[in-house]
Amino acid sequence: MKKFVKLLVSSALVAAMACGICACGGGTTPATQAPAPTDAPATEAPATEAPKTDALIKVGIINNDPNESGYRTANDRDMKATFTAENGYEASFFYSLKNEEQIAAAQKFIQDEVDYLLISAAGTSGWDGVLEQAQKAGIKVILFDRTIDADESLYEASIVSDMAKEGQQAVDWLASQGLSEYKIVHIQGVMGSSAQIGRSGALDEKVKAESTWSIVKQQTAEWSEETAQQIVQAVIDSGEKFNVIYAENDNMAKGAAAALDKANISHGVGKDVIIIGFDCNTWALEELLAGNWNYDGQCNPFQASYIDDIIKNGVKTKVVIMEEKGFDAKTITADDVKNYGI
Amino acid sequence: MTANEIKIKSGNSATAILGKIVRNQLFIPLVALLLLIAFNLITDPGFFKIALEPNSDGNMVLSGNLITMIDYASELVILAIGMTLVTSASGGQDISVGATIAIAGSTVLRIVKTQSPNISGAKFAGIIIVSFLLCVVVSAIFGAFNGALVAFFKIQPMVATLILFTAGRSIAAWINNNDNISITDKRFSYFGNFIPGISVPTPVFITILCLIIIAIILKVTNLRLYSQAVGINASSSRLNGINPKVIKLLTFVILGVCVAVCGFIKVSRTSSITYSVIANNIEMDAILAVALGGNNLGGGKFNLSASVLGAYVIQFLTTTLYKFKEIDSSSISAYKAVVVILLIIISSPFVRRWIDDMKNKREAARKGSADLAMAEAAVDSALNNIESETEKENV
Repeated sequence: MKKFVKLLVSSALVAAMACGICACGGGTTPATQAPAPTDAPATEAPATEAPKTDALIKVGIINNDPNESGYRTANDRDMKATFTAENGYEASFFYSLKNEEQIAAAQKFIQDEVDYLLISAAGTSGWDGVLEQAQKAGIKVILFDRTIDADESLYEASIVSDMAKEGQQAVDWLASQGLSEYKIVHIQGVMGSSAQIGRSGALDEKVKAESTWSIVKQQTAEWSEETAQQIVQAVIDSGEKFNVIYAENDNMAKGAAAALDKANISHGVGKDVIIIGFDCNTWALEELLAGNWNYDGQCNPFQASYIDDIIKNGVKTKVVIMEEKGFDAKTITADDVKNYGI
Repeated sequence: MTANEIKIKSGNSATAILGKIVRNQLFIPLVALLLLIAFNLITDPGFFKIALEPNSDGNMVLSGNLITMIDYASELVILAIGMTLVTSASGGQDISVGATIAIAGSTVLRIVKTQSPNISGAKFAGIIIVSFLLCVVVSAIFGAFNGALVAFFKIQPMVATLILFTAGRSIAAWINNNDNISITDKRFSYFGNFIPGISVPTPVFITILCLIIIAIILKVTNLRLYSQAVGINASSSRLNGINPKVIKLLTFVILGVCVAVCGFIKVSRTSSITYSVIANNIEMDAILAVALGGNNLGGGKFNLSASVLGAYVIQFLTTTLYKFKEIDSSSISAYKAVVVILLIIISSPFVRRWIDDMKNKREAARKGSADLAMAEAAVDSALNNIESETEKENV
């Protein structure tokens, strides 16, 4: 009996591990999956095995965990596709959601004498020391996606999204629809995140300024579709009327749409409720193409080409704000879905 | 004197019945539920309105606050079943259920996403069954992993499950290569919403099915007795021929199966998954449901229906908070916490004992006068006896 139980347990453990390995193997980029945050300062082997020549530019890339969100996954894939040996780079990657681990990795990259240090910082503070080290060693630093609280002279350039502008674009689009009355269900992301602050800010201001705009419900679903579905369901059950859903990412918009479907409220182009989402996931743009949603705002994860341009052609402006589009269901094309979907 | 006695007796039986009700484990969650309903009714008189209306598929469905709450409580109720058993046998809680729901959901989507939306009904049913069975197997294996750490390596449940709590969502993301999936086949959403022609949400049926299955298991097997015995005293139950390790492992595997069902419902609700937030913090709600049911979180005796009722109370509270426009987004967790703290304090063994003590004291005080009379009578008779005996001696 005891032997049998031991066998059972050991086989269960083996199976569980095998499961994990299979899952890893399923990925298209198994060698470049993010390590768990716990096995910290171990940087990954250089992604390219090309012989080291003077022509290759050495870059150390410090990013957040690609599992964090679809945005980060797309961002990481873009980086890996751009910084290749064919494009003249020798890239090393490090992933962590923890600031101090990222700083330790930056120090290691400095010791390795990389030419460029590309950083998407997990936290905004604590970077001054390591950036000064980099400057002394003659290593150029480029920030992408997120800014930090450090003196501007410590880095070459920063490439960022302007979340407030994304929100403003969406609100301007909504205003251009010319509804006689705007009754909005506003589903927010994690409170205090830069995306939430930027995207909420534009809408809040507009609602304050216009008498025909009102918020029926404003609630955080913390980026979760099921919570968004519950919130919209609660509004529907309360019997209050609304004609706009302003969800701060695609997943929450999808949850909201599921609640509307359940209650027989039509949504999309020319229907009862306008649905607005953000981030431009491929499936979300397909919803737009099918006319089920009305608008999707881009949050551009493709900073690699901007960085490439800066490294090869020099710095033009210190802070580069990326161009970000907003897609209208009436004008979106299949090519847009292919080119901008993440 | 006799009339007085009867009065005391009847008074005793009335308080005894009341005491029985108050002491019943279902009492606290039931009162909490009634309070929440009363609160909702005061703020919104149309609270109980249930309507039968067609949905976007032209299907007549029930809608209304109550339906919504019962519908969305499904996952929590199913989880509470497994969590109660784990709590009973191992004296600890599994905090990895949210992360393993992500794994289970991701497994289902991995199978379903490969199919085109226009396959035939039979083929689709086959794929659903295969994906569900696979997700049950995967979840049961992860449950067994937790259970093995607890049972064989004697690691505290909360520490053992911390491993998957940390790694689970990453594993879930790996399973699907971190893709942001959206299933376009409408039939996939039947399990989280409505099946055409049936006006009650499908998760409600799934929950009822789960409850029936666990009721049968507890009825026909010794699982209840064994897990309680192991939870109360593992070494003495071992001396009585129960293998505590196997029982602990078994409860974790059962929880794994519950997790699989939850994961399946969750991904079906929206036909998509966000690995980092799916079933976010659901482990806390499930543990709360067990605690709210008045079960001892240290293991041993348990009452499954109290846990289930606790789960409904938690979901009721969550949905109530979503209803209120006045509650600010950033403070919703704080409101929930305040109510939960109150409920948990009321249902804690300490307060229950205190209530009992107060009642006993009052009864003792009331009984006091009667006892005094009886004592006097006893002294009288004793004195009489002594007198008669001394008389006899004298004779």
